[in-house]
Amino acid sequence: MSEPELLPLGPDGVLVRFSGRLSEPANRAALAFRAALERAAPEGVVETATSLTSVYLRFRPDILRRATLEDEMQGLLGDRDWLESDLPEGRRLWRVPASFGGAFGPDLEASAEAAGVSAEVAVDEICGARLRVLALGFAPGQPYLGFLPPHWDIPRQSDVTPEVPRGAVVVAVRQVIPFANAAPTGWRQVGRTAFRCHDPAAEVPLPLRAGDEMQFEAVSASDLQNLLNEGTALGGARSEPLP
Amino acid sequence: MSVIVERAGPLVAVQDAGRAGGLGVGLSRGGAVDRLAYIEGVALLDQPLGAAALEMAGVGGRFRLEAGMWFALTGARMKATLDGAPIEGRASYLAAPGSVLDIGSADVGVYGYLHLGGGIETPFELGGRGFHRIAGLGRAVVAGDRLPVAASQKKGQGPMRLPQMAATTAPLRVMPGPQTEMFPAETRQTFEATVFHRSTRANRQGVRLDHDGAPFSVGAQLHQVSDFISEGDIQMTGDGTPYVLLAECQTMGGYPRIGTVLPADLPRIAQAVAGDEIRFRFVSVEEAEAAWKSDEALLARLVRRREPRVRDPRDMADLLRYEMIDRPHRDVVDE
Repeated sequence: MSEPELLPLGPDGVLVRFSGRLSEPANRAALAFRAALERAAPEGVVETATSLTSVYLRFRPDILRRATLEDEMQGLLGDRDWLESDLPEGRRLWRVPASFGGAFGPDLEASAEAAGVSAEVAVDEICGARLRVLALGFAPGQPYLGFLPPHWDIPRQSDVTPEVPRGAVVVAVRQVIPFANAAPTGWRQVGRTAFRCHDPAAEVPLPLRAGDEMQFEAVSASDLQNLLNEGTALGGARSEPLP
Repeated sequence: MSVIVERAGPLVAVQDAGRAGGLGVGLSRGGAVDRLAYIEGVALLDQPLGAAALEMAGVGGRFRLEAGMWFALTGARMKATLDGAPIEGRASYLAAPGSVLDIGSADVGVYGYLHLGGGIETPFELGGRGFHRIAGLGRAVVAGDRLPVAASQKKGQGPMRLPQMAATTAPLRVMPGPQTEMFPAETRQTFEATVFHRSTRANRQGVRLDHDGAPFSVGAQLHQVSDFISEGDIQMTGDGTPYVLLAECQTMGGYPRIGTVLPADLPRIAQAVAGDEIRFRFVSVEEAEAAWKSDEALLARLVRRREPRVRDPRDMADLLRYEMIDRPHRDVVDE
């Protein structure tokens, strides 16, 4: 099947999928394609958003026919090679303290084993990676971060964990997510951070943007406990502009 | 005016039409899980679309209406009384100041909706009033809460009701989605032939379905890239168990979805009780598009279908407490 694809997602949605597999160029393409749509969306399109490799458009079927919208999208897709797009401007690098293993990371050992490394090496690799906010999703402000090295292409668990806490750092399929809120998940919890992806009371409730970068810094369980006790929105995280 | 919550079931919360437009930052729409029942309440009280109501899962509560106000109960059929006199669902009532509305457990369905006056006016948070647990917005309603209620905008035509709907056990319509093709044709046929039962595991995020027979897993699904979810998607978890995702679902997920239940059929899943039989049938994208209706269109249709609710005065022990002549709405007077 040829990519990008136009796929139906609900009676009032179209998914423009640049890749069915996780890929860095497809992520850049999605960010750029959405930016173009935001500048000139067809009449009847009421919402656009990016996932890891796709752009979603919600439209009003009583105003705009799906077939018409798909024709317009095909035209826009043909305008240029979206996989060659630049990253958005104004990105930042976030350095985020996190504690790994123990009670804060109950699945660290099992995750490391699945990735074929020791727990120690696993933490080094997770903290050594400069991760990009590929998309915000699942819960408000929550980033999908990528990419860990290829041997971290470990599957989600077949059994859903009923609940991980806010700030749980979970891994699967070469990605890391710091959870915005307590939630069920099929991903594996390797650590915990005090950084809040979404804090309605904070000056900036949703601090992250797709395209930003993040690097975790390993801290001890007691240091993390102190950060959790302090209860600030950033949880010790610092940000700087990326050139 | 306001309403005092004297008692509340464990899953009572303010809900509205949800927060549209937040998918880009990871916020699913949320709002009432039975959107049609919610719009019915809006129609009965001439509220604006988006007005907030109480959603009550399984059990209602006891509410003291401090001021006189119109109200309507829709959705699940719940035992309810106004100052001790039984009231019917899908109908509007004008309560006298100080009345007590007592709503018990659901006889039929799960989610009941209580619309009050011109709508509940708790503060907005990220563009909505509804409790959205996974987004960390709002909270459940508990005993002792005082809920501000907007002035009624109900036009002066007296108490109204909506005609009964015929119950149906027809298969729920499912349209294909981005991952439908990941499931072999044979699996999709088995899916259509399977009788599912609503599991005891269900909430505003989704409803788990049980069935006899092989799980509906696809080979490489645990490595699938996460992508957008639509309300109504039927997600197969790693062990091949289907979940139908409802209003408060996550915005993205990696488990493959075999298809999307049409919005018009989704209330039947939300209102199914544990053990209820559920079957599915695939329809084309064109059929799904043709069946789509905007909230505005649904509301307009319900407004046309309203009919006066006539009560026998002999049944009205508290006759003198009622306002016998409906005051015209101010807009009408001004015209």
